[in-house]
Amino acid sequence: MQIRNRHILGWLEAIPLTAVLLCFLVAPIVMIVIVSFWGATEFSIYPAFQFDNYEYLFGSEVVRRVFLATFKYAAISWFFTLVIGFTVAYFLAFHVRTQTMQIALFLLCTIPFWTSNIIRMISWIPFLGRNGIANQTLISWGVIDQPLEWLLYSDFSVILAFVHLYTLFMVVPIFNTMMRIDKSLLEAARDNGASGFQTLVHVIIPLTKPGIMIGTIFVVTLVMGDFITVRFMSGSQRANVGRLISNDIGLLQYPSAAATAVVLLCTVLIVIAILLRFVNIRKEL
Amino acid sequence: MAKPKVGYSRRSLLKAGGAAAAATAFPAPMLWAQDTKSIVLRQFGTGVSNLNEVGTKVKEDLGITLEMTALDSDSVTQRAATQPDSFDIADIEYWICKKVWPTGNLQAMDVSKIQNYDKIVGIFKSGKLTPETDIAQGTAPHTVGFIEEPGAKTFATEETNWMTLIPTIYNADTLGIRPDLIGRPIDSWAELLNPEFKGKASILDISSIGIMDMAMVCEAMGEIQYGDKGNMTKEEIDKTIGIFMEAKKNGQFRAFWKSFDESVNLMASGEVVIQSMWSPAITAVKSRGIPCVYQPLKEGYRSWGGGLGLSKSLTGMELDAAYDYINWYLSGWVGGFLMRQGYYSAVPETSKDYMSENEWGYWFEGKPATDVINSPFGDQLAEAGDTRDGGDFYERMGRVACWNSVMDQNQYMVRKWNEFIAA
Repeated sequence: MQIRNRHILGWLEAIPLTAVLLCFLVAPIVMIVIVSFWGATEFSIYPAFQFDNYEYLFGSEVVRRVFLATFKYAAISWFFTLVIGFTVAYFLAFHVRTQTMQIALFLLCTIPFWTSNIIRMISWIPFLGRNGIANQTLISWGVIDQPLEWLLYSDFSVILAFVHLYTLFMVVPIFNTMMRIDKSLLEAARDNGASGFQTLVHVIIPLTKPGIMIGTIFVVTLVMGDFITVRFMSGSQRANVGRLISNDIGLLQYPSAAATAVVLLCTVLIVIAILLRFVNIRKEL
Repeated sequence: MAKPKVGYSRRSLLKAGGAAAAATAFPAPMLWAQDTKSIVLRQFGTGVSNLNEVGTKVKEDLGITLEMTALDSDSVTQRAATQPDSFDIADIEYWICKKVWPTGNLQAMDVSKIQNYDKIVGIFKSGKLTPETDIAQGTAPHTVGFIEEPGAKTFATEETNWMTLIPTIYNADTLGIRPDLIGRPIDSWAELLNPEFKGKASILDISSIGIMDMAMVCEAMGEIQYGDKGNMTKEEIDKTIGIFMEAKKNGQFRAFWKSFDESVNLMASGEVVIQSMWSPAITAVKSRGIPCVYQPLKEGYRSWGGGLGLSKSLTGMELDAAYDYINWYLSGWVGGFLMRQGYYSAVPETSKDYMSENEWGYWFEGKPATDVINSPFGDQLAEAGDTRDGGDFYERMGRVACWNSVMDQNQYMVRKWNEFIAA
């Protein structure tokens, strides 16, 4: 009797979280999957079970290129956010001596995040434009004669915005894991004659892997799911999967948007599954 | 629809700022004030419904409370088609009417109850502005403006006693250019794809309107002869989009724009020197002191028109109030308010009383302004001596080449458009 009560109690305790997850995570995803098989007219959707939406997704050359572009943005943004994020975190964790200073500098990094994402992104546009500050400065220095066209509305500006927006998501988890590295390990490395570079490669990087991985997951999922940055920074000239979905929604083609969302979701899950093969985050946390 | 809406749509701009209300006393409404006081009409739409000034003025003149909702044109179409009980008055464009009318959610209006019906311009009745003008391609308003009898789901081929939408606002659209950065005359739609403007051209990313601009360009280039630009075949759609995809690949376009303020910024910053544009956007660029011309082109204009439709669930006193509202709408004040921003009123002559002689001459008759021209919101739009781009009303509306449309192959077109944007 006693044991059975404990058993029931355990189930009861799990119910609230289960209910929340069912309502707000499982149900919407199931709904999206269901709708992805429906059909659409110009202004309504009707229940059906057809593979038209998926057929189009997997058959279209344009869709394939858009998925490739999405991966390209994710990979390049990941690389730059990692390099910059790791460097900043390394500086904060190992070069800044006092904890007060560390906290102060860390807060400094977060200050830009007090303004809206969109504002930070759009403020690049007048800076990079044909007659913008960047071009005018370069011309007045005599570096270039003609304004650089590729500064704005190009892959360059899209990736620049991604890196600018998402580097902090790399800094925070890496800084966090670095702070937990036992300083005596670094001393031991030094005592055993390791150079600074060797310490970095053989001690610090392996120990910060979980932080790098968490940052990677943040950046990759954010970039792959984004649509507004690509839309504004490329002047609608480039596309990623998020834009396909948002275009479909704008044109009331919900089933097609749902199908694209399902494919994107699966893609991102596969990417994360692969990433998790490298590092066991749960063990490290 | 959690899509962030940045900036202004074409007509939401109109609601900004205070209106210089015409001081003229308005004739007494037909219903007793006691009755109308409690009447609330729910209006939704893309356009004119978004004028706060109209809501304030109608409350003042008729006592009717107008509850207004602004949505983008896709949402408007969806709502009109699927939720007839959620509105009393739909303020929609004629091409939306073509999509929505067959659902039976709107009721036809008895034209004998419309006081100024006889004065409505011919475009909305016979389709002809003057007896000599040709009828343009696309969803011309008169083709979806009438039905044979109440309850009919198909459109009548000629004027009848039952009107689907009461026309309210319309204009002729063309390309906007920066004359100072181009430095030579522009006279054809084909210039949009001229390699001379590589990386300095733009087109709007709204499929139903953008495809028409594309068609004007392809036809002007001599690449495609359309049977009907407003109702293309699949082959014509493929070819049109193909030409523009090629141009996009070659770097012809600097950007595509979706919202009103994007088009203004592209033009004002010099990123773009030639692009599809709407009339108030030209005005906005000019009011920053930057030269910008709404260039008339030899192939003609792409035109659009909107009107008010009644929900089928509207009956009794509300229905009477709706007729009052529509009669009030056509009686001049709103027309003057719209015309002073560069649009046209469906009943121009009633609007004349609400405009100064200078304003009427500038906006309608295409005469040089005798004094400074201000918008209803107080911005200076023209100096004394300036004339309107494109000339007078008959010159502009008489040279419409096609109307905004919805095609039989609309879904196919939308998919192709999406590919063009994503390519």
